[in-house]
Amino acid sequence: MKPFTCLTANVLLLDEDNIDTDVIFPARYLLLMQREGLGQYFCADRRRDPAGNLLPNPVDTARVAGAGIIIAGRGFGCGSSREQAVWSIADFGITCVIAPSFGEIFSANCLRNGVLAITLPDETVRILAMHARSGPLTVDLTQGVITCEAGLVQPFSVPQGTRERLLNGWDETGLIQKRWSGAIEEFEASQREVQPWLYEDQRHERS
Amino acid sequence: MPPRTLYRKLWDNHVIAAAPDGDDDRSALIHVDRHLLHECSTHQSFEALRRNGRNVRRRETHLAVPDHAVSTGADRLTQSEAASPAQLQLAALRSNVAEFGVPYIPLEDAHQGIVHVIGPELGFTLPGITLACGDSHTSTHGAFGALAFGIGASDCETVLATNAIVQRRADTLCIELTGMLQDGVTAKDIALALIATFGAGFATGRALEYTGPVIRAMDMAGRMTLCNMAIEAGARIGLVAPDETTIAYLRDRPLAPDGGQFERAADYWRSLPSDPGATYDRVIAFDIDGLAPQVTWGTNPQCGIAVDARIPGMPVDVDAAHEHGRMLDYMNLEAGGALTDTTVDVVFIGSCTNGRIEDLRAAANVARGRKVADRVRAMVVPGSMAVRRQAEEEGLDTVFTNAGFDWRMPGCSMCVAMNEDRLKPGERCASTSNRNFEGRQGRGGQTHLMSPGMAAAAAVTGHITDLRILPALVEKGT
Repeated sequence: MKPFTCLTANVLLLDEDNIDTDVIFPARYLLLMQREGLGQYFCADRRRDPAGNLLPNPVDTARVAGAGIIIAGRGFGCGSSREQAVWSIADFGITCVIAPSFGEIFSANCLRNGVLAITLPDETVRILAMHARSGPLTVDLTQGVITCEAGLVQPFSVPQGTRERLLNGWDETGLIQKRWSGAIEEFEASQREVQPWLYEDQRHERS
Repeated sequence: MPPRTLYRKLWDNHVIAAAPDGDDDRSALIHVDRHLLHECSTHQSFEALRRNGRNVRRRETHLAVPDHAVSTGADRLTQSEAASPAQLQLAALRSNVAEFGVPYIPLEDAHQGIVHVIGPELGFTLPGITLACGDSHTSTHGAFGALAFGIGASDCETVLATNAIVQRRADTLCIELTGMLQDGVTAKDIALALIATFGAGFATGRALEYTGPVIRAMDMAGRMTLCNMAIEAGARIGLVAPDETTIAYLRDRPLAPDGGQFERAADYWRSLPSDPGATYDRVIAFDIDGLAPQVTWGTNPQCGIAVDARIPGMPVDVDAAHEHGRMLDYMNLEAGGALTDTTVDVVFIGSCTNGRIEDLRAAANVARGRKVADRVRAMVVPGSMAVRRQAEEEGLDTVFTNAGFDWRMPGCSMCVAMNEDRLKPGERCASTSNRNFEGRQGRGGQTHLMSPGMAAAAAVTGHITDLRILPALVEKGT
């Protein structure tokens, strides 16, 4: 996973609450099995009419401007667990999303893809959006601040483990295997004592 | 030890390592006891295993089944092998599970169905376990007192390879349900009313436990419907404490503990409910006396109103009014209008929310002896092959087909609209599914969420209808 340390980029403003993952990545594209190249489907139905003609929309304007950050309303990424929502955003070039709240599974998926999800109060997000209209923002995870050329300095925080993972670009599975394999085995040995019925392996080898 | 909630017990019982890797003390590496897989969210998980040269650890803890994109047509096993994207995805799942030795229920199997319907049916879902699945409605399994939550494809790979995942302990939210359900009012109506009352994100970041006399009197199907919709309230986790209803449901299920083990397990499950005196971070009391059947009018699940209420007028707040107007435009409805005047084109009865036998019975009770209205396309999609067989044993299929409903094979169908079951632009659907998001049932489709009985009432009248005014066919809902 690519580390996230500091980013200066233009902002795509999606000023709407509860933009769900069906809007971010319509379900019919879930039939695609790859994870690369999904940026073209990001908010697909907001960008093109059913005939495929481009609609006036903030996403394509932001694409032209090379946006790397999204500022959105409450509940961004609520709904389905589809990781394609994050893959499409990342492929589109976004590595930081700022909102008053997120769908929980969406923000977990962000973390797995090196995308920094920052939660800030409504009013703070509104102020950031205002600044973003006149130029790029800089999001510095090492310092925990968002700044802009006009002099704004907005601190933010993410859980320590999230910060470490993003700064280091850790491979989560490899990390667990390396550090915790023994602990997992020990856990299972003691769980087997309490809930032995979870360990009757052959019972799941059903037809 | 101080008194603990059900959630806290489940959490504590699964902590492998607290505060791993520089995390704060809310975080822990927790064990994942069971993992369900389907064709649509796991291909990249297997790709990641391959790319990194990893194996599936403890194969027996996983179970895969195709459901999301499968055809629900009666001829689905003999459909031509022309490689449609859905068939390619199904073939990929088949080869992935074969390569990694993951237990698999194929499309032609007598146990095939929606992951969240077959998990409980088979006894794969048990109280006291952690269960993950690459699907947000995994919260359904919390109805058994399991810590069950949806994950993305990357986390699925981690679970396949390690049986573990780093999670943050959530705050707890207790919803205490009191009162009596009126005839024709169901768990679905409670779920929609809760979200309408407290807002779509009211449970975000929380583990939501339903308690109170309404829950204790509710069957497992109703509990599953409530926990299923927890995610629509923002909660990744829904919970109901296990009790004798839970235990009776699980007895003799194929994958549940057998023989003497079952009684030992049941004793363990009885120790899981919250201790007397345990405190939740937040408690909400909700009285369901007088609750009417609910129907959504807009494009997020908090847009539920009583079927006999008027569509809300424009809010005063400018931003809220803008959003309100946008939803009305999309839905082609007017503020202040009556939902009961609204004609429907399609009726969908099914999904992991309302695709169980109890749901089909409720719908059949309304459909019996009636006819689907002209111009309405109505379909019933059982949640699983077992539900389908049970319904056929009870003659419900005949009730539906005589009335003019299409009786289909199990799958997610028009809840996620990945297969051929989709709305066309501008089509309006009375649906028992869980999401009324823009385009959810097909681009430009207009979704009204409601209970199975209400959906059947819409089918036979051709418009949204208060099923309580249909004479004497309404049984007590689940």
